Amino acid sequence: MTDLLTLSGVHTHIGRYHILHGVDFAIPEGQTTMLLGRNGAGKTTTLRTIMGLWPASAGSITLAGQRIEKIATPEIARLGVGYVPESMAVFSDLTVKENLVLAARDGAPDTARLEWIFGFFPALKKFWLSRAGALSGGQKQMLSIARAIVEPRQLLLIDEPTKGLAPAIIGALIDCFAELKRRGATILLVEQNFHAAREIGDAVLVMDNGAIVHRGGMADLANDIPLQERLLGLSLEAHQ
Amino acid sequence: MMLLSGDPPRSRLLSVLLIAIVLGLALAPLLFPGAKALNVATKICIFAALVASYDLLLGYTGTVSFAHTMFYGIGSYAIAIALYSLGPSWSAIAIGLVIGLPLAALLALAIGLFSLRVEAIFFAMITLAVASAFLVLASQLSWLTGGEDGRSFQLPELLRPGTVFVKNFFGVPLNGRTLTYYIIFIGCAAMILGLLRVVNSPFGRVLQAVRENRFRAEALGYRTVFHLTYANVLAALVAASAGALNAMALRYAGPDTSLSFAIMLDILLMVVIGGMGTIYGAIIGAAIFILAQNYLQALMGLASNAAAEAGLPLLPGLLHPDRWLLWLGLLFIASVYFFPTGIVGRLRQTAHHATTR
Repeated sequence: MTDLLTLSGVHTHIGRYHILHGVDFAIPEGQTTMLLGRNGAGKTTTLRTIMGLWPASAGSITLAGQRIEKIATPEIARLGVGYVPESMAVFSDLTVKENLVLAARDGAPDTARLEWIFGFFPALKKFWLSRAGALSGGQKQMLSIARAIVEPRQLLLIDEPTKGLAPAIIGALIDCFAELKRRGATILLVEQNFHAAREIGDAVLVMDNGAIVHRGGMADLANDIPLQERLLGLSLEAHQ
Repeated sequence: MMLLSGDPPRSRLLSVLLIAIVLGLALAPLLFPGAKALNVATKICIFAALVASYDLLLGYTGTVSFAHTMFYGIGSYAIAIALYSLGPSWSAIAIGLVIGLPLAALLALAIGLFSLRVEAIFFAMITLAVASAFLVLASQLSWLTGGEDGRSFQLPELLRPGTVFVKNFFGVPLNGRTLTYYIIFIGCAAMILGLLRVVNSPFGRVLQAVRENRFRAEALGYRTVFHLTYANVLAALVAASAGALNAMALRYAGPDTSLSFAIMLDILLMVVIGGMGTIYGAIIGAAIFILAQNYLQALMGLASNAAAEAGLPLLPGLLHPDRWLLWLGLLFIASVYFFPTGIVGRLRQTAHHATTR
C-alpha cells in the first residue's frame, strides 16, 4: 500500500511558541487514520500545518509525491485536500445550498453526490435554503462535513467532528465516515472520543507534546487496555 | 426579479420606500423643478451609486478602505481636466473616461495586491496614507488640477441649460440640464443594478465567505487575495464613474467636492445608516442623509417659528435653524442605536419575523 501523505520532521511555531517538535508519520492511501492525544498535544496544529494555514518552520510534507509544505492553502485545497475544521465551521450568512455550491468551487454540485450526502444527513435537504447560521450545532457539523465531501477529495482532514454532539448525530457521522472509507477515501481524523475512534479507525497515531508517541493498528490499541491507559490517560475513561 | 438578480428587497415597507425614492428621482425634474431640488436629486443619485460601491467593500468583504473618495476624485478630475483643456466636446468626455477609469482601476489593483494579503487594519492605514497623499498632490499640482480652486469647465452644447428641447412640458422646460440629470440617473441606476448582480453572483458568495472567515475560504481552495483585489478594483471603477458624473453635474471639480475626507465620512455614515451588505441600503442611506443635510435646517426653521407663535417655552430656541447640525448628529446617533443593522437590515428582520411567526 502506498502512502498518500507523509510528514517528516515537521516543526511548527505559532508566534514565539514552538508547538510541533518534529512530527513524523505516513498516511496510507485508502485508510482511515485516527490522530489521538490529550488537549494541547498538537493535533489541530498538525492538521492546520498540513493545510498550510500555519506554515511549517522545518521538515517536509509530501502529498502524492509532491512537496506541499511551502504551498499556499488554496493550492493545497485544489490538490484535493478537504478540511473540516473543528467548531462547526460553516459560513453562517450563506444558505446551506450556497455553502455547498461554494465548496464545489466550479459550478453546481453533482446531483447524485448530493443525494448520497442527503442519505446520511437528511436535515441538509430539509433546510436547503435556510441560513446556515440558523442550523443547530449537529446540523452545522453535518454541513461542515458535507462541504468537505461534496466533491471527491484524495485526502480528508477532519478535526474532532463529534465534539459536543448528541449520540444520535454521532451515529450518523460514523455511518458517513464508514461509507466514505468503503468508497476508498483516505482520511486523517482527529478524535477525542475513543469509542467513535475505535469504530472507524484502521490505524492510529497518538500525539503528545507536539510529537507522535505511538503508531500502530487501531485494533491493537483497542484490545490493549494498559497501553490505552498509558497513552491516553484518564481522558479516555470519561468517553467510554 | 431578473433586473434585481434574484435579490428582492424582502420587506414590503422597504419595497415601498425604494419605489417611492426611485420614482421620486425618476420624475424629479417634473415634480420638483427648482434648481435646489434638482441638485439634491442629482446628489442622491450619485451618492447612492458611490455608497453602493463602498458597500461592496465594507459590507460584502469586510474591508475598511479610506481611499474611496480618492477614486471618486480621480473620476471627477479626469472629466474636469479633459473638458477644461480640450474644450467642451463629447470626445473630451470620452478621453477623460478612458484615462480616468483605467487609472483608478490600476491604482486599486496596486493597493490591493500590495496590502490586501495582510491584516485588515494595515489595508485601512495604507488606503488612508495613499488618499492623504493624493489629496495633497491634487492641491499642489495647480497647473493640472487648478490647486485649491479646482477646475471649472463647460459641458458640450447639448448638456447646457441654455439648450432647450421643449419649452413647456407640463409646465416645465426640458433643457440640457434635464438631459444631464437623466444621464446621471440612468448611469447610477445601471451601476447599482450591476453591483446587485455582482454580489449575488458566485463571486459575491465567495466575498461573503471571505468576510466571515478568510482562512476557511482559503481552505476551500479560494485565492482570497485575488477576490478581494477584484472587489477593490470594481468598487474603484464605480466610484470613479460616480465621480465623473458628479463633475458633470457640478461643471466643476475641486478638492472639497470630490476628494475631502468629509465626503469619506458621509459615505461611511450613509452605508451604516442604510444597512451594510445589502446594496439597497445605499439608496436608502443616501436619500435620507442628503435630504436631511439639505432640508433639516429649513424644516427646523418652520418648527421653531411655529413653536414661538404657540408661545411654547424653550422649544423655539432648541429648534432654532442654527442648531441643525446638533440635531443631525442626534439623528445619526439614534439611527445607529436603534438600527444597528441599518434601516434595510431592520426592515428585513421585521418582515422575516412577521412571516415566520
